[in-house]
Amino acid sequence: MSQSAVSEEPLIKIRNLHFSRGSRKIFNGINLDVRRGQVTAVMGPSGTGKTTLLRLLGGQLKPDQGEIILAGEGDIGRMRRKALFRIRRQIGMLFQSGALFTDMTVFENVAFPLRVHTTLHERLLHDVVMMKLEAVGLRGAAALRPAELSGGMTRRVALARAIATDPQLMMYDEPFVGQDPISMGVLVQLVRRLNDALGLTSIVVSHDLAETMSIADYAYVIADGEVLAEGTPQALQQDPAPEVRQFIEGLPDGPVPFHYPAPPYRDELLGEVL
Amino acid sequence: MIGLDSLARLGRAGLALMAALGRSGVLFFQAVWGWPSGQGVKLWMRQVHFIGVLSLIIIVVSGLFIGMVLGLQGYSILVGFGAEQALGQMVALSLVRELAPVVAALLFAGRAGSAVTAEIGLMKATEQLSSMEMIGVDPMRRIIAPRLYAGFVAMPLLTAIFAAVGILGGMLVGVDWLGVDEGSYWGTMQATVDFRADVINGMIKSVIFGLVVTWIAVFQGYDLVPTSEGISRATTKTVVYSSLAVLGLDFILTALMFGRI
Ligand SMILES: Nc1ncnc2c1ncn2[C@@H]1O[C@H](COP(=O)(O)OP(=O)(O)O)[C@@H](O)[C@H]1O
Ligand SMILES: [Mg+2]
Repeated sequence: MSQSAVSEEPLIKIRNLHFSRGSRKIFNGINLDVRRGQVTAVMGPSGTGKTTLLRLLGGQLKPDQGEIILAGEGDIGRMRRKALFRIRRQIGMLFQSGALFTDMTVFENVAFPLRVHTTLHERLLHDVVMMKLEAVGLRGAAALRPAELSGGMTRRVALARAIATDPQLMMYDEPFVGQDPISMGVLVQLVRRLNDALGLTSIVVSHDLAETMSIADYAYVIADGEVLAEGTPQALQQDPAPEVRQFIEGLPDGPVPFHYPAPPYRDELLGEVL
Repeated sequence: MIGLDSLARLGRAGLALMAALGRSGVLFFQAVWGWPSGQGVKLWMRQVHFIGVLSLIIIVVSGLFIGMVLGLQGYSILVGFGAEQALGQMVALSLVRELAPVVAALLFAGRAGSAVTAEIGLMKATEQLSSMEMIGVDPMRRIIAPRLYAGFVAMPLLTAIFAAVGILGGMLVGVDWLGVDEGSYWGTMQATVDFRADVINGMIKSVIFGLVVTWIAVFQGYDLVPTSEGISRATTKTVVYSSLAVLGLDFILTALMFGRI
């Protein structure tokens, strides 16, 4: 794998990415590659900016500095509105909440991207939608409304919708969070299977370490706006650096602090009331 | 330094207001140029139904009562001058020039504007707008534009219905109850209500009010902080800002239209 990975240009190259929310620095010079055909994991504690990273990749937020190069298309951060909407057809994104359209049935949700981007005949459209629903095991739920679905089903419908137009790149935001063990297992398998069967490139952003590591080809650990470690899951498991060990072993406190930055505790309790 | 502090706060509030006005202007132009291709008419019809047809009941009931009150009050004033035949003229002019556009717009802001804000806000909070964007569909075209155009068209229609029902309500009280001659109720109305000066001007008002109210409603929904508190604040803002805008604009428009008489 290492030979071809080196010779082939990555699908996405992030170079020296900086991004702030107000005065809070979220990314402080991140470099990251997403190679074609692979499942790339981006892991890190909650609030490190994983969702923000996906929004930057989708062009919904603009970087303060740095580049996000999509192979053959250029810098996503500098694209005009029209170009952005064009490349987004090549990108499928699974939102943390599923984000199904609540005024449509499951069938219409999955049909939505097909209706706007293709001119399929109604008969053919029906078959394509059913194929996508079958792929996530929910063909039987086509007539239901989003409010009637469980959390795991919602996410699988959202997944069917995201792959409806056969994107090149799939981005998953915390796909395993808040799932019971069975739907968690189903989703883990689906991410890997879809990637290999449809020849996709996938980015999985997550803090569920074990599940994510089990399907990733390559993983990044980010914290405090920087890439803490990167490598294959096997290599990361062996990484001796204390920050990486803390995250991988799930210790509550260590080099990555448990506390949100705050003035000294003593001053807070004994100092003057502001 | 309380003085400097409040000055700074004033400055910040001013800047925030300017930024919000800028964002709402951008939204307005993006939506106005963004008539959704293909399914546009269907989406638009659905919104006309949602914000127009469903506001009908409140518009009809309010129009009826306001017309009836106008009939009563007008009669009690006019009868003192022995001019109760002019009741039709009085009811019609008050409704067509002022009451129908203004009251219908206020009701519209409360009934439809708040609903639009809450709906768009909830779509934002549940990431539906973001996911639409990532599917490659511009929510400005798909969600915002049809609602803006629907408000633009529904408002004048609702205003016309309000005025018509109000005139009937005035007749109900004036003619059927208080005994004004039916022929003179309609006759004075026909003789004095001028199509261009009164009806068209009233319609111009309602088009402007419809535009402003729906613009405020969609902007508040699109721009809110996506939490439950944010949605409730934005809904309130829609009703308050729309009402103030309608009343303020009504004075300006009236001064422009009828000020020289
Ligand atoms: N709309 C927003 N406005 C301001 N700050 C935000 C907003 N969205 C997220 N943040 C902040 O950015 C940081 C990263 O958020 P996020 O990308 O959602 O983290 P993660 O997905 O890794 O949990 C968080 O500290 C959050 O408070
Ligand atoms: Mg997140």
